Amino acid sequence: MLKYIIKRVIAAVLTIWVLITIVFFLVRLMPGTPFTSAKLTPEVAANMEAYYGFDKPLIVQYLVYMGNLLQGNFGYSMKFTNRTVNDIIGETFPFSADLGIRALVLAVSIGLVLGIISARNRGKKLDFFCVIIAVLGTSIPDFIMGAVLQYLFGIRWGLLPVAKYEGIEYTILPACALAFYTLASVSRIMRASMLEVTQQDYIKTARSKGVSDLRVTYKHQIRNAIMPVMTVLGPTVASVLTGTFVLESIFAIPGMGKYYVESVSNNDYSMVLGMTIFYGIFLVTCNLIVDILYGVADPRVRIGKR
Amino acid sequence: MAELKKESFVIRGKDAVRMESISRPSLSFWSDAWRRLRKNKSAFIGLCIVVLYALLAIFAPMFSQYTQSQMDVDARHAMFSAEHWLGCDSTGRDMWVRIWMGARVSLSIGLISAVLNMCVGAVVGGLCGFYGGKLDMIVMRLVDVLYGIPSLIITILVMMVLGKGITPLIVAMCVVGWIGTCRFVRGEVYRLKEQDFVLAAKVLGIPDIKIILRHIIPNILGLLVTNLCMAIPGAIFQEAFLSYIGLGIVPPDCSWGVICKEGIQFLRYYPHEILVPAFFVCTTMLALNLLGNGLRDAVDPKLRGTE
Repeated sequence: MLKYIIKRVIAAVLTIWVLITIVFFLVRLMPGTPFTSAKLTPEVAANMEAYYGFDKPLIVQYLVYMGNLLQGNFGYSMKFTNRTVNDIIGETFPFSADLGIRALVLAVSIGLVLGIISARNRGKKLDFFCVIIAVLGTSIPDFIMGAVLQYLFGIRWGLLPVAKYEGIEYTILPACALAFYTLASVSRIMRASMLEVTQQDYIKTARSKGVSDLRVTYKHQIRNAIMPVMTVLGPTVASVLTGTFVLESIFAIPGMGKYYVESVSNNDYSMVLGMTIFYGIFLVTCNLIVDILYGVADPRVRIGKR
Repeated sequence: MAELKKESFVIRGKDAVRMESISRPSLSFWSDAWRRLRKNKSAFIGLCIVVLYALLAIFAPMFSQYTQSQMDVDARHAMFSAEHWLGCDSTGRDMWVRIWMGARVSLSIGLISAVLNMCVGAVVGGLCGFYGGKLDMIVMRLVDVLYGIPSLIITILVMMVLGKGITPLIVAMCVVGWIGTCRFVRGEVYRLKEQDFVLAAKVLGIPDIKIILRHIIPNILGLLVTNLCMAIPGAIFQEAFLSYIGLGIVPPDCSWGVICKEGIQFLRYYPHEILVPAFFVCTTMLALNLLGNGLRDAVDPKLRGTE
């Protein structure tokens, strides 16, 4: 087990290092410098470049940046004067995390329930209903879902606040919009794996022992069927995170995704660099945790492949 | 009644040899798949919608009196009418034409990037799976690391380096998009090359290239096509997302993502400007998903011969 964890951790660290390196050099490849403004005289621009260390060779810049990064320092933003990227992340990330966690909990819990109901009632009307929800969910992009929900509940019927993030009632619409896609894919995977488990011998054994239907589902089916859902949790976190990018701008939530999109269009390089690395480390860590949990839950994974 | 004599009858169409042979009309893999796809109602509807949209995307803008950037100042935010079938946007551009011009861009980006990703992934994965060894090990380590990195982040960064537009978008989506196919093809080829029919071909001295072309590829083609069909909605979605955050297609080109982005600003007063493109995006994704599901069932060899 320890060997498995160490292997995974090394792979994750390697991934993060490759990510940082790729991102660093890609950002330097971008056309133009952050200091292209008509007001800047060449001397000022040169001073600024010296101040930020852009006049040094690329490899030195890379080493300096890596050194700072190891101390958890992402540097200064280039558009928001006098603010560090760390400050901005610290300020905005709680909003995104809050929204993301709400959506994730909503999506996984409802998705699992729908998948289970659907598999237990295979071929009946209830199953059909759940499958329709699943297919619809994977067909509607989250920004469209957000806009439609906002229009119907916020504007048309005036039931829920249209935008901002100041209380529990503000979180409902964005969290639902964000959760819908994930909910659909979780319920699809759960349904498929429940159906596959149903054909296994141990289910037949349990049935022939006279174990009640509900108990078979609860004790045997769900526990085995939940494994494939666990494998997609890593990518799911990633898709929820991308969803926050647009939903935060639709619902005017002061989260990190909104800042990220803004820095992308503002060409604020140090912000893009810092936030990308932050997102990357976050996602790789999520994947790592999922991997380890998976290894804990399913012994075949640790012993078997590689 | 005339008497029936034995001599007046001749035995026709009876052949002792053929009678004993067990046969049925031969059915190629693809005609079998097509037959089962047609039987699957939802998949067939999906196919019809996709074909309809593709035809409309090609022909609708040609037969309209408007062009995608022609503005009619009097018709700003117009609702549906006989002149403007789907209304007009904030600058009075005809939505019907814009939707189908957008469909050209969105659908072709979806198709091209999915096909490119499939080809690159299949070639790399196939070579790694078939030859194994050092090449396989190096490529797979690389793929493992790249797979851990969220693809959207890389796509966004590549877009920032290459600039905006259709070609950079496709390139950016292909930088990491092939990895999924590569892993899956490698796994399949790895499994197939151990099987007896490949061994038999090897023993008969058939060159590698012929084994790959004649034996391996036909066996994974069905899965590849299904994968392709599932990848297209993903690519369209990604294009819409990138255009939405301002990194994908930029005017004067338009795509569904761009139309949605423009429409959402007027959500409060002119909701049709977002709901119309939203409808087309969603129905396309729905149709492709249904078609993909149907194809997956149709080409699954395990289901072959069963009803």
